[in-house]
Amino acid sequence: MATNTESTAATARPELSDYLSDDLVIHGLLVFSIVLMGLPLILAVVMSTQTPSEVYEVTNVGIGSQGLANYQTALGEYNLGQYMWNSFVMASIIVVGKVALSLLAALALVYYRFPYERAVFMFILLTLLLPVPVRIVPLFQLMADLGWANSMLSITGPYIASATAVFLFRQHFMSIPASLVDNARLDGVGPFTFLVKVLIPMSKGMIAGVSVITFIYAWNQYLWPLVVISAQEKQVVQVGIRYLQGASQSGLTQWGLIMAGAVLALIPPLLVLVVLHRPLLKTFAIQQK
Amino acid sequence: MSHIQLDDLRKRFGDVEAVRGIDLEIEKGEFLVLVGPSGCGKSTTLRMLAGLEDISEGELRIADERVNGVAPKNRNVAMVFQNYALYPHMTAAENMKFGMKSAGDYGDDEIERRLDRAADILDIPELMERKPGELSGGERQRVAIGRALVREPEVFLLDEPLSNLDAKLRVQMRAELLKLHQELQTTTVYVTHDQTEAMTLGDRVAVLDAGQLQQVAEPQELYDFPANRFVAEFIGNPAMNLVPVDVVEDGGEVRAEHEGFSVGLPDQAGLDDAVGQSAHFGIRPEDVSLAGNLPADAPTHEITVSVTEPLGESLLMHCDVGGDEIQVKAEPRAEIRPGDDIEVGFDEERLHLFDQSGDAVYHSTSATPKTSEAPLTE
Repeated sequence: MATNTESTAATARPELSDYLSDDLVIHGLLVFSIVLMGLPLILAVVMSTQTPSEVYEVTNVGIGSQGLANYQTALGEYNLGQYMWNSFVMASIIVVGKVALSLLAALALVYYRFPYERAVFMFILLTLLLPVPVRIVPLFQLMADLGWANSMLSITGPYIASATAVFLFRQHFMSIPASLVDNARLDGVGPFTFLVKVLIPMSKGMIAGVSVITFIYAWNQYLWPLVVISAQEKQVVQVGIRYLQGASQSGLTQWGLIMAGAVLALIPPLLVLVVLHRPLLKTFAIQQK
Repeated sequence: MSHIQLDDLRKRFGDVEAVRGIDLEIEKGEFLVLVGPSGCGKSTTLRMLAGLEDISEGELRIADERVNGVAPKNRNVAMVFQNYALYPHMTAAENMKFGMKSAGDYGDDEIERRLDRAADILDIPELMERKPGELSGGERQRVAIGRALVREPEVFLLDEPLSNLDAKLRVQMRAELLKLHQELQTTTVYVTHDQTEAMTLGDRVAVLDAGQLQQVAEPQELYDFPANRFVAEFIGNPAMNLVPVDVVEDGGEVRAEHEGFSVGLPDQAGLDDAVGQSAHFGIRPEDVSLAGNLPADAPTHEITVSVTEPLGESLLMHCDVGGDEIQVKAEPRAEIRPGDDIEVGFDEERLHLFDQSGDAVYHSTSATPKTSEAPLTE
């Protein structure tokens, strides 16, 4: 016993390593990685207040002399407000269209027996292999043939069918007990009433989650709108930022202006994310199951 | 006239025949229990009654009307599910009203009247504004039953409604279901795998195995006159002991001969045909008594106790007799240890014989079964 007590006393003596505990190292690493990830964003916000020459001074990392002037220029002179509105309309149409279509598709897949059901589902999943950029050439042709080119239809239509959303809703519907459907059948509740009164209220979280993902995805579209929209006033915000790059002052690219545009373009999806982050996390939790 | 009539009802899922020809008549106001082990086709049969499964073959009549292919909502049946099947986003009242509102055949006053009545019958008015998530298991099941009540159906179908409840609540809800049925007198078909529930609830009990009816009878009759080995072993807890014996005639007395014992069989119907055959001798654990409780001249047999299970109200012993195991229920606090040899006697009124195919050929009791439905053979 005596030796035991002695050894405990020995290990209890404070040493330097106790102060530099594991927690400290871990926290240091975490802070470093957060700063690393946040740095581009912080720099963008800082640069958006600077003049081009201030931007090029690498040591100048304080708030610049421009204040909010770059933002005013971007919104006023370069019409960024219009592009943002276009993007917002586009993203909203895609969200509503995609959610509605995917809900109906998942309803059919889960609650109806039809031939080659599994093959149909597999085919829907296969479309994941063909994202919009791969289809640009035939899609452009199709839009031209339909007379949709250079219109809101052309930048929303191709995004509305979504294998990911169908898959998520299908998995969610399958987790709803079959006896609820049985009970609805006994009550003579039709499929559409069942969808509206039962499935949609029971899928609120999933719908919110899919909406967030879809909104951000749609908001960030660049290549397809660039190709299919030719009228500048109908363009979306990501392409609008590209227009800002065209502006130059005595041969210098207006980085301050571009950063102001980028920060402005970041705000709407950020707001959506902040408001709906809880259902979004839930959506991903279900995916992990 | 019977209320529900099943005529050679069959259900196939691909190559598998889940229900293999069921003939059954259910009287108006009767409480019929369908009981059997998992996968015996009892739930499928119930779902065919409800219209949730198509009928592969055979005929189903409700209130003398052929209902094969009639949509569930037009059969005037209501079903209660094992997992309650309540909509989680609706309050209890909304859940109970949902079906009636969707049907659109009822005015708001009528719906409210029925809702209040169902809530009163089930004693749940204070739960009506709560959502299923805020209710306990028993309360949820009450709401689910209430939802069936408001439809005022001709037939209640209950699919293992008590299986998700804990043991104590199950006993309580069982009694309440009985009371409810006595009050409403609605024809009820109740599916369960629990033989105790079947015995306590049913006016009649239909025992199913492998998609076929084994026996349909009143509970006591199932217990006293099992039609075959399956029913004998399924009904009663612990199960009936079954040991192989030879039936021999010895000086005018017919006896069941086993390596470990020899029992005289009282003369009853079917005994003469069994003579000279090998059969299975059946006796329930509760019909075996310790020799000390028997008259001095009663025949006794020596058996060896291998395991004892004190159940509180009785002592269950697993015993060895001539190489076979039988279970014996003795009075509690009997001073018996594993390894002891004990003397027991069999109740002469409670002996059964089953032939090689498993059908009952002989029951020793002098009473006669009330309803005589021939044992069903393949």
